[in-house]
Amino acid sequence: MNQQIRRLSGVAMILLAALIVATTYWTTWARADLAAKQDNAIQRVAEFTIRRGRIEASGHLLAANRRRVVDSKPLFFRIYPKGPLTAQVVGYSTAARARTGLEKSLNDYLTASNESLSTFVDRSIAQLHGKPIQGNDVQLTLNLEAQRVALQALGTKCGAVAALDPRTGAVRVLASSPSFNPNLAERNFGAISKIRADCTPAAPLLNRATAGLYPPGSTFKVVTASAALQSGKFTPDSIFHDPGYCTEYGKQVHNFADQSGPEVFGTIRLYDALVHSVNSVFCNIGKELGAFAVLQQAKRFGFYKPPPLETPLEERLPSGLYQHGRLYYPVRESQVDPGRLAFGQERLLVTPLQMAMVAAAIGNDGREMRPYVVSRIVSPGGKTIVKTRPSRLAQPVSRDTAQQIQAMMLDVVHRGTGTAAAISGLRVGGKTGTAETGFSGRNTTWFICFAGPDDGSLPHIAVAVVLEGQTLTGGATAAPIARQVIEALLPSAGNP
Amino acid sequence: MSLRNRELVNLVLVGVVGTAAFGSAWIAHTNRVSAEALVDVALIAGLFLAAHLVVRRTAAQADPTLLPLVALLTSIGLTMNFRLNPADGRRQAVWVAIGILAFALTLVLLRFDYRVLEQYRYVFGVTAIILLLLPSLPVIGQRVNGVRLWVHVGRLQFQPGEVAKLLLVLFLAGYLREKREVLAQGRLKDFGPLLVIWGAAMLVLLQTSDLGSALLYFGVFVGMLYVATDRLSYVLAGGALFVLGSGLLYSALSRVQARVIIWLHPWTDHKIPCFNGTLDYRQNCQSYQLVRSLYSIGNGGYGGTGIGRETTTTLAGTPLIPELNTDFIFSAITQGIGLIGAAGVILVFMVLVARGMRVSLLAQDGFSKLLAVGLAFGLALQTFIIVGGVLRVVPLTGITLPFVSYGGSSVLANFIALALLLLVSHRARITGAAR
Repeated sequence: MNQQIRRLSGVAMILLAALIVATTYWTTWARADLAAKQDNAIQRVAEFTIRRGRIEASGHLLAANRRRVVDSKPLFFRIYPKGPLTAQVVGYSTAARARTGLEKSLNDYLTASNESLSTFVDRSIAQLHGKPIQGNDVQLTLNLEAQRVALQALGTKCGAVAALDPRTGAVRVLASSPSFNPNLAERNFGAISKIRADCTPAAPLLNRATAGLYPPGSTFKVVTASAALQSGKFTPDSIFHDPGYCTEYGKQVHNFADQSGPEVFGTIRLYDALVHSVNSVFCNIGKELGAFAVLQQAKRFGFYKPPPLETPLEERLPSGLYQHGRLYYPVRESQVDPGRLAFGQERLLVTPLQMAMVAAAIGNDGREMRPYVVSRIVSPGGKTIVKTRPSRLAQPVSRDTAQQIQAMMLDVVHRGTGTAAAISGLRVGGKTGTAETGFSGRNTTWFICFAGPDDGSLPHIAVAVVLEGQTLTGGATAAPIARQVIEALLPSAGNP
Repeated sequence: MSLRNRELVNLVLVGVVGTAAFGSAWIAHTNRVSAEALVDVALIAGLFLAAHLVVRRTAAQADPTLLPLVALLTSIGLTMNFRLNPADGRRQAVWVAIGILAFALTLVLLRFDYRVLEQYRYVFGVTAIILLLLPSLPVIGQRVNGVRLWVHVGRLQFQPGEVAKLLLVLFLAGYLREKREVLAQGRLKDFGPLLVIWGAAMLVLLQTSDLGSALLYFGVFVGMLYVATDRLSYVLAGGALFVLGSGLLYSALSRVQARVIIWLHPWTDHKIPCFNGTLDYRQNCQSYQLVRSLYSIGNGGYGGTGIGRETTTTLAGTPLIPELNTDFIFSAITQGIGLIGAAGVILVFMVLVARGMRVSLLAQDGFSKLLAVGLAFGLALQTFIIVGGVLRVVPLTGITLPFVSYGGSSVLANFIALALLLLVSHRARITGAAR
C-alpha cells in the first residue's frame, strides 16, 4: 500500500501548495487591484491607520493629521489648517466620501504606497516596529499670500484666478470662488452645499480655475492674433477698415461695448485692433484664415487637451468648442462660424488655467512651460523622492510673433482696455475679455496678463482672472483683481 | 535525544512563538504591557505540557513533531480568536482544554492496542451516518446561514459533522482492510457498502446543502479506497459519480448554485437583485463576505499589519466581516501576519500532513495504515476546502480550519484524531523495532 500512500501524499501536498500560490497571488499580484476597488471597506478604514503625508506651501501646512484612538487602534484624521484657502486644489480625504484634489491624485505618495524602493523599505521597517506607516510630505508651488489676496479680491463673486510663472510653469495661485472649508467634509458635508454666492448654483466644490468652462470673449483674440501672425498673411501693421460691425452670412455683427475708443474706428492697424479690442477686425481675420487655422493655433496652445497638472484628471477640463456639453471639433469649415470664433464667441469654452498658459506662453517669448503645482515630494526620512523640473510643453508661436503680441498686450494696459492693471515700476501686458452670457447685462469678464520687472527680463508671472455674472467689462472688473494678485506676487518690484 | 525529549524541546519553541503572538494580541486589546497576559499563556502551556506527559506514559515512541505542530496551530487559533473576540477566545480555550482531555483519555484507554476499534467498524459507520443526518431532524436541527450543520440540545450547540468525519475514517479503515482484496478484483456485488457511502454523501449534500462537507467525506473515502485497492479507475469513477450526483442536485439546491455563482463572479459591474428586494452590486450583496475577506488578505501584503493591528471593524467599531473567527479565520491571519505568516501556517499544515502520511507508511498492518492515511488526508482536504474557499480557489463552503477556527466540536474531534495518529505511530515504532 506504501506506493499508493506516497501518491496520495503527493496529491495532498499539491493541494496545500496551491493554497500558498493563491495566498501569494492575492497578497502581491492582486493587491493593488483589491486596494483600488471602490467597495473596499477594509482599505477605507485601513488607510486611516496611515499617518498621511502633509501638504504644505510657502512654509504653511495646508493638510495635516489629528490622531484619535478608535477600537484601541490609533487612527489619523485629516485637518486642513488653512480652511478654504486652497480647498479645491488640495481637496479632502475622508472616510465617508471619495477623495478630491491632490488628496486623491497623490494618494499613493501621501500614503507611502507608491512602490519606490526607498518608501517600500521605510514602510516595511515602520511596520516591523509597529509604528504607523507615515506618508510622504508634499510641497506645493503655491504662494499662499497671493492666494489669499486672490480669494479676498474675488469676495462673494463667482470666479477664479490662475497665476503661474511663465519661465518655469510653477503655479502660484489657483483660487476658485466661492470656496469651502474642507474640515467640514467629514462630519458636516451638508454645510458645504448650503454655501451661497453671487451665482446659482454656487458649486463651491468645483475648481473653477481648472474645471470652470467659460466663453473666453476677447481674450481669445490673443490666440487669433497668434494664428494671424503665424500664418504670414498678416503683420501688426496690416490695415483694416472698421465700419463698427462685421458682415457675416449677410448679417451685421456689431462691435462690443468692451472696446475702448470710438464706436467706429474706420481705418485701423491690426496692432491697434488688439489694443482697443475691435471685434470687426478679428471677425475679418477669422473669415480670412478660416476656423481650422484658428483652432489649430488654439490646439498648439494646449486647447482640446486637459491642461497638465498634478490634480485629478476629472478636475481638469480641456478648452475648445463645446456642443451639447461635449468637446467638439468640427469636421468641415462650414460647421463653425469663423468670424465669431475669432473674437472668442461661437461655442468656445475655456478654463482660467488654459488662458493663463496662453498669456504665459506669449510673455515667455513663445515657449510654453508645463504647469505644475507640486514642487517636491519628501519622504518621512527627509529624502526628496520627486522634484519637479520645469519642462517645455510646446512652442505655440515663434519668438517674433510672441514679441509682437507682447507689444500689443503691453499697450492694452498702457492705453487700451486694460489700464486698470497698470502697476508703476512693472512691465504688465494683458488682454481684457467680456463675453455675453445670453442673459442681458450679465457678462463673463476676463483679464489675462503677464507681468515682470521693467528691466528687459522675461515676465515673472502670468495671470488669468475670470468673473461670472458681471455687469461691467473685464477691464473694469477683472483687471483690478489681476493687479492685486501681481502686487502680492511681485511685492518688491511693485513698490519702488 | 529521546523522541519525547525532542517533542518537549519542540513544544518549548512553539511556546515562545505562541507567547509572542498572544502577547501582541493581548497588548493590542488591553492597550497596556503587563505580565497578566502570561497567565493565559501559562494555562495553555500547562495543558500542552500535560498532554506531553500523557504521551510520555502511553505512546513513548510516537512521532515527536505531531503534538508540537498541533500546539502551534492551536496557539495561532487561540491568539486570533482572542484578537477577534476575547469572549470567544476564552470559550475556545475551554474547548481546547476539553479537547486535550479527550486526547489524554483516548491515549490512556487505547494505550495497549487501539486496533480493538476495528471490530466496531459498523457501529462507527452507522453512527457516522446518523450523526450526519441529525442536523436535518426537526426540533434539534438548526439552520445557520442557510446550512444545516448544527444540532441544538437545550443550550448546547453541536456540529456533529466533525465527529462523523472521524467515525467515517475509522469505519473505512476497518471495512477497507477487510474487503480490500475482494474490492481490488472489481466484482460489482462487493460495492454495495461503497455505493451506500456515495448515497450518504449525496444525502448529506441534499439535506444540509453543504457542498464542502460532502466533498470532504467523499474525498476522504475515495482517497482511502485508492490506497486500499490501488485502482485509479475507482478514483475516476468516484469522482465522476460525485460530479454527476452534485450536478443533478445542483439545479435543485439554490444554496449551492448561489455559492458557485459567487465563486465565479464575486464582482459585478451592474446592479443585481439583492436580499431585500433592493438593487445593488453583487460585491455589496451576496458575495460581500468573500470579497471583504479578499480585501482583508490583500491588506496583509507581504508582512501583514501585525497581530492586533488588523482592520476588522469600521471606523465606528462594528465588525466588517461576519464569521471572521470561523470560516474566514485564514483571511484574518493573512491580514495580521501577511503572506510570510500565512504561508508559514500552510507549511505547518503541510508538515503535519506529511508526518501523518509518514506514520501511515511506517505502520505495519492494513488497519493502521488506512486509519493514519485517512486522518492525514482528511486534514489536508479539509484545510484545502476551507482555505481554498477563502482564497477563491474553490467555491466557499463553511467548514472549519482544523485546530485554528473557533468551534468546539471541531477542536474535540481533531484532538482525538491526533491521539489516534500518535497511537499508530507509537505502535509502528515498537513493532518495527521488535521485528
